[in-house]
Amino acid sequence: MISLLALPLWLGAKSVAEIDPALQDRYYGLLGELRCLVCQNQSLADSDAGLAQDLRDEVVKLLEQGASDREVLDFMHSRYGDFVLYKPLVQPKTYLLWYGPFVLLGGGALLMILMLRRRKTVSDTPLSEAEQEQLKQLLDESQDAQTKDNDT
Amino acid sequence: MSRFLIPAAIFIALVAFLAIGLTLDPRKVDSPLIDKPVPQFSLPRLKDASQVFSSDDFKGQISLLNVWATWCFACRQEHGVLVELSQQQQLPIYGLNYKDERPLALRWLRELGDPYTATAFDEDGRVAIDWGVYGAPETFLIDQNGMIRYKHIGPMTHEIYQTKILPIVKQLQETRI
Amino acid sequence: MIPEIGQFALIIALGLALIQSVVPLVGAHRGIPEWMAVARPAARGQFLFLVIAFGCLTYAFIYNDFSVRYTAENSNSLLPLQYRISAVWGAHEGSLLLWALILSGWTTAVTIFSRSIPQTYAARVIAVMGLISIGFLLFILFTSNPFDRLFPIPADGRDLNPLLQDPGLVIHPPMLYMGYVGFSVAFALAIAALLGGQLDATWARWSRPWATSAWIFLTIGIMLGSWWAYHELGWGGWWFWDPVENASFMPWLVGTALIHSLAVTEKRGAFKSWTVLLAILAFSLSLLGTFLVRSGVLVSVHAFATDPARGVYILAFLAVVVGGSLLLYAWRAPKVRSSGSFQSMSRETFLLINNILLVVALVTILVGTLYPLFLDALGLGKISVGPPYFDSVFAPLMIPLLFLMGVGPFVRWKQARASELIHRLRWVFAAAVVLGIGVPLVLFARNTIMVALGIGLSGWIVLSALYNLWSHIQRRRAHKSLAEAVTGVSRGIYGMTFAHLGMAIVAIGIIFSNAFGVEKELRMAPGESVALAGYVFRFEGSRPLEGPNYRSDQGVMTVTRDGRKVATLHPEKRIYHVQNNPMTEAGIDDNLLRDIYVAMGEPLTDGAWGMRVYYKPFIQWIWLGPLFMAFGGILAASDRRYRLAQRKEASQAIDAELNPSPGQT
Repeated sequence: MISLLALPLWLGAKSVAEIDPALQDRYYGLLGELRCLVCQNQSLADSDAGLAQDLRDEVVKLLEQGASDREVLDFMHSRYGDFVLYKPLVQPKTYLLWYGPFVLLGGGALLMILMLRRRKTVSDTPLSEAEQEQLKQLLDESQDAQTKDNDT
Repeated sequence: MSRFLIPAAIFIALVAFLAIGLTLDPRKVDSPLIDKPVPQFSLPRLKDASQVFSSDDFKGQISLLNVWATWCFACRQEHGVLVELSQQQQLPIYGLNYKDERPLALRWLRELGDPYTATAFDEDGRVAIDWGVYGAPETFLIDQNGMIRYKHIGPMTHEIYQTKILPIVKQLQETRI
Repeated sequence: MIPEIGQFALIIALGLALIQSVVPLVGAHRGIPEWMAVARPAARGQFLFLVIAFGCLTYAFIYNDFSVRYTAENSNSLLPLQYRISAVWGAHEGSLLLWALILSGWTTAVTIFSRSIPQTYAARVIAVMGLISIGFLLFILFTSNPFDRLFPIPADGRDLNPLLQDPGLVIHPPMLYMGYVGFSVAFALAIAALLGGQLDATWARWSRPWATSAWIFLTIGIMLGSWWAYHELGWGGWWFWDPVENASFMPWLVGTALIHSLAVTEKRGAFKSWTVLLAILAFSLSLLGTFLVRSGVLVSVHAFATDPARGVYILAFLAVVVGGSLLLYAWRAPKVRSSGSFQSMSRETFLLINNILLVVALVTILVGTLYPLFLDALGLGKISVGPPYFDSVFAPLMIPLLFLMGVGPFVRWKQARASELIHRLRWVFAAAVVLGIGVPLVLFARNTIMVALGIGLSGWIVLSALYNLWSHIQRRRAHKSLAEAVTGVSRGIYGMTFAHLGMAIVAIGIIFSNAFGVEKELRMAPGESVALAGYVFRFEGSRPLEGPNYRSDQGVMTVTRDGRKVATLHPEKRIYHVQNNPMTEAGIDDNLLRDIYVAMGEPLTDGAWGMRVYYKPFIQWIWLGPLFMAFGGILAASDRRYRLAQRKEASQAIDAELNPSPGQT
């Protein structure tokens, strides 16, 4: 590896790590999960900041030492906190985040089933005279505009 | 009627959160190292590379560790404050010179004054990563047992020192007695 | 002088907006036709004066008038002309002015295309849009005046953010705003219907082309934004689940739900209160998006202009507009009766499921985007919610949606039979399974379960959409020639077919480029080469280049495959003179099957560079799909029956189904 002379952060020359091809997929996967702290909202993979480069090198070093993905993420988490993980840990304060969508989906499905059931039991109310007139009008129009088929 | 009010209710809660959100700074990130022992390290000193500055040097006293570099604009801004604080001699201030060049750093201290009891020279920034440093300047408050008690991100000011750091220092001193 | 004219025009526009909203509303309430008639001329006048104001600001940019603070901050005499023009909306003040201009443009369109709408209703619609305009014009005049002068006058401007100096960014914001603001028409139609109590099939019929038009623009706007990010950010990514991107995606999801739900309301009179809520939500989310982008409450890679003080105003405005609408909804919607009974196996049900999935997707993105803010506000610490979260939660929601997209068009309104559906679609399904397994193997000699599922679903949509279209044509074949049958099928059907095909195309692009894309980051000295996915990239070296307002290092990379030359790529690393920050211009060779993409990192020793090279199969499909969708939208919005409705319905307002006296329940 090229030795990095101290360089200003904003110039942060890349020490281009030649990574073992077998590790590359994991490397890029991990970079996408880690947030660059000095940037606005970028992952380590996407940032040109000097610190991001240092942390990328750190990831390579850890991977080459045989660390698991989890261990790499823990390494970063223990130093930079929850903020560094783009995929928040599942913990009580993120339950809503992780389970909310699926609970909502289940709730929506349940509501829909209940609604459909209720609809079934209610027989069609007969149309009022005005509504019948309106229906006729609508039917005429749509016949005019297109042939009767299942149309969106 | 009631179920049609649900969207409005959710929206009101949302507005409340957004209103609070306007008062927050989304870029200040708390360190997970607070109330943890300082990370183990051992680095050459800036002024004398043959000597070592290590994590053990924090033991036995309350001290500050200031992360700085000559390329960091805000560090220049806070340097005067640090020099004044060092003259008050309340706490020893240690420096961590972060990803810098030794001659530049030495000249900086010559020209602007040296507030540091000792400065560790972290050339490749590896030690700083262990400290969770993400942008100089950062300042850590370390207690007599070598535990990190507070971290300030951004330039140090007298106000921050008085209102954030000193109260914790007082507390720490009382617990020792 | 010119900026003062612009300023003055803005003030007149505000006055006209006041007239446009207050007078017709009172007129509609009291039944005074003359007062209602004020709406149209006032709206057109407002548009005229906003055009003047916008023209004045553009003039200041074109002629480098740096005595205008906004110009001085966002332009430079060296900036090429096309970017001087696009710089008008390159930052906060100008983009708000563009917002107001577009809003008033849509309002003017409403004044033209609302001849068939009863006067009372049209007056209310135009008035509601006027109210929104008042809010924006006040915001511009009091907190974000683009015409503020600067003294002393600087010698030159501070230049446009280099990130924005890209052809994609010239038309991306206007398109996006056309979409955002376009939903204000559907919103105003919904609010006016709630106010007047005419929430019926005609309301839905009027709303459909407007909602679809806004959706078309938003689709194109989002596509351009993504395309720009791909070219300009230099990381090979095209979607980052960034708050600003999410802010544009949320109204799109609701808009998509809305155009489907409107179909049910129009055709069957069902889901009325739900549809009206979606119409309110689509625009509310556009406003929320504006708030998120402009206030700086969230850290975003795209937050070019943020200011919390302005955030307070937008939040207050948001609270009034959206809060007011939702309260009106809570008050009026309970009295809406939906008609059109249907069985649980019917087109209605399928569209309902579509809506549930889209809304859950929306809530997922909303919660994910705002969750860090929620926790921070509650003092629970800082977290990040990023792409890995959204990918893992969003994908499971999309799978059933894609599946239903294949079935939906075959399901009959009111009552359908599952056995018939299975019978009709069984071969399509079988073919989709074969495609899902086979296509990746043929193209990439590899496959995974997720890829097979995704490609299978895409194939399923493509085949069923085409089969559906064919059935429609076939049904007409009995007594017509093929040409007549083909042209006889309504544009609505063609529109749906194209839109659904577009979705499948996007899905294919995402799946293939994600699953089989390869990237490599390495040091390359001149003369060195690297092999990637069968291509050999040879770095010939770099040369300095002088641009109009930047200097750059341009790399030359020749790409060969099996010894034959494929392309010469010219990635660049630019430093813009004024703002002095480095920008990456990727070198890309694209075709429908793959992109090869090179971006320069940082200069290293001996003429070597840090290089990122990518091979991205099918990635262009991600931007091709939205073009299909938008084209489908255009077909659907121009369907004959809306034009017919314009003429025929005249002012035959159909009886309000809602009880006209709000006291009774």
